[in-house]
Amino acid sequence: MSVDKDTVRRIAKLSRIALDEARVGPMVDELNGIFAWVQQLNEVNVEGVPPLTSVVAQRLKMREDEITDGGNANALMANAPEGEDHFFVVPKVVE
Amino acid sequence: MITLPATLTDFTLADARDAVHAKKVSSKELTTAYVKAVAAARPLNAFVTETPERALEMAVASDVRIAHGVARPLEGLPLAIKDLFCTKGVKTTAGSNILSNFIPPYESTVSQNLWDAGAVMLGKTNMDEFAMGSSNETSHFGPVLNPWRARNSNANLVPGGSSGGSAAAVSGNLCLAATGTDTGGSIRQPAAVTGIVGMKPTYGRCSRWGIVAFASSLDQAGPMTRTVRDAAILLKHMASVDPKDSTSVDIPVPDYEEGIEAGVKGLRVGIPKEYRIDGAPPEIDALWSKGASWLKELGAEIVEVSLPHTKYALPTYYIVAPAEASSNLARYDGVRYGRRAAGSGDIIELYERSRAEGFGKEVQRRILIGTYVLSSGYYDAYYARAQKLRTLIARDFDEAFKKCDVLLTPATPGPAFGVGEKTADPVSMYLNDVFTVTVNLAGLPGISVPAGLTANGLPLGLQFIGKAFDEATILRAARAIELASGFDAKPVQWWRAT
Repeated sequence: MSVDKDTVRRIAKLSRIALDEARVGPMVDELNGIFAWVQQLNEVNVEGVPPLTSVVAQRLKMREDEITDGGNANALMANAPEGEDHFFVVPKVVE
Repeated sequence: MITLPATLTDFTLADARDAVHAKKVSSKELTTAYVKAVAAARPLNAFVTETPERALEMAVASDVRIAHGVARPLEGLPLAIKDLFCTKGVKTTAGSNILSNFIPPYESTVSQNLWDAGAVMLGKTNMDEFAMGSSNETSHFGPVLNPWRARNSNANLVPGGSSGGSAAAVSGNLCLAATGTDTGGSIRQPAAVTGIVGMKPTYGRCSRWGIVAFASSLDQAGPMTRTVRDAAILLKHMASVDPKDSTSVDIPVPDYEEGIEAGVKGLRVGIPKEYRIDGAPPEIDALWSKGASWLKELGAEIVEVSLPHTKYALPTYYIVAPAEASSNLARYDGVRYGRRAAGSGDIIELYERSRAEGFGKEVQRRILIGTYVLSSGYYDAYYARAQKLRTLIARDFDEAFKKCDVLLTPATPGPAFGVGEKTADPVSMYLNDVFTVTVNLAGLPGISVPAGLTANGLPLGLQFIGKAFDEATILRAARAIELASGFDAKPVQWWRAT
């Protein structure tokens, strides 16, 4: 399997990364180089092998559903590029 | 009997601890010496942010505690922190432009544990952007230089990565010890090529809370130190059981320092035959054999074992890690924190341009790979297959550990290479992690220990891999190699103005 320019444009869009048209061609080559190398995984018979989803032999920890933290609006807003009265400001979304 | 080294910055963490506790040296004197060493080493570019004022404040507070007889285990000991650990009120960049102005309002669990134990912060160390790299050349803040140079050469070498700044800082005596993180080899590989000890603990041993996420099922914090004993000390105070990290495992933290001198008599050491790879310099194989014979002389039993899926580990990693990264890095949107591109017309353009300006080339490439392998129609062919391969790789270790207690392997396929030498070809860069990445996929602990020099005087390391939560045994084995090799070489401090 290999990717073409349209695929690269599509995944850049899905990734929300503006990719300069000049970068599309080189990115096709870079990704295809990596995917060609990854192809060797197809040599392995994985029939009946379960996917590994956790390396920790431990049940997911549960806790009471209660408030443990909060009231940090000022701290949360401190790093916002643009904010007003504890709201994040973005360009107009709805007309 | 405590003797002070000729230069305070030559201390090991263990000796500095004993000297500070015995009031042979104050934390202020020690910290001042390191602050000066950090400032004098700016040509190495090991630090993104130096925090000398905070360091001296912490040192003075430590001296007060020592005077009052209430010293904590790491009281007054200056450390460097990889810039992936969030530090409250101190800029935390993850080596990225997108976080170049980010000041966390909270502290990571690991760094908090260290401050609670009395340690002093010298600053934040440079790293590959979002820990994606093996040479520290993807950092937005420029490459870190390896303190080591080849004999009779002035060529700059990379310190490995992604914890390259921490590795250079420990190797160049700019701190007593440093924290690192390891997703595919990012502690052990730089440790090996800078002649220091680096350990990736078992997944779940150190809390990931407050560490900027790269690939959450693989990321693990660990110590980078000048000696094995120092690694044991630092790990003890980094590790904890943390309710804020659901993958933090409920096993009490042992005293890792206690058993490190116990030796390797009767220890079964596995040699995985698949780690002998084509194209590796003969010096790598020679050092590996030497390591095995040292252990044998000390009474260990050498056993040949097989890890048949080893060659698939790196390609598996380069599906799993970018997939997780593409998801984790979705949070950088230019809205809530981090850099925002100026003058965007609508919200989508704001996202796309903020991320294009904020992420470097390697990070963008990995986000695209991750997005592709998780996208509709390709998920089964790539991601689902890689997760199954991961099971087979983990099973290989389970089988091997029926025959042995630890595995001995080379740490890297070669010594430090030149700045710019491997940046053109991603796959050749990825191959630097060929011996370390299997351990992350299986969640096991691994340690790299310096064991010798190449013919032209560059350090090489050996790696021990242990069973889950058996850090104590690999520390003991690494200590045996440290003693047997007698490795005590240090880089010439060429970066100091003469």
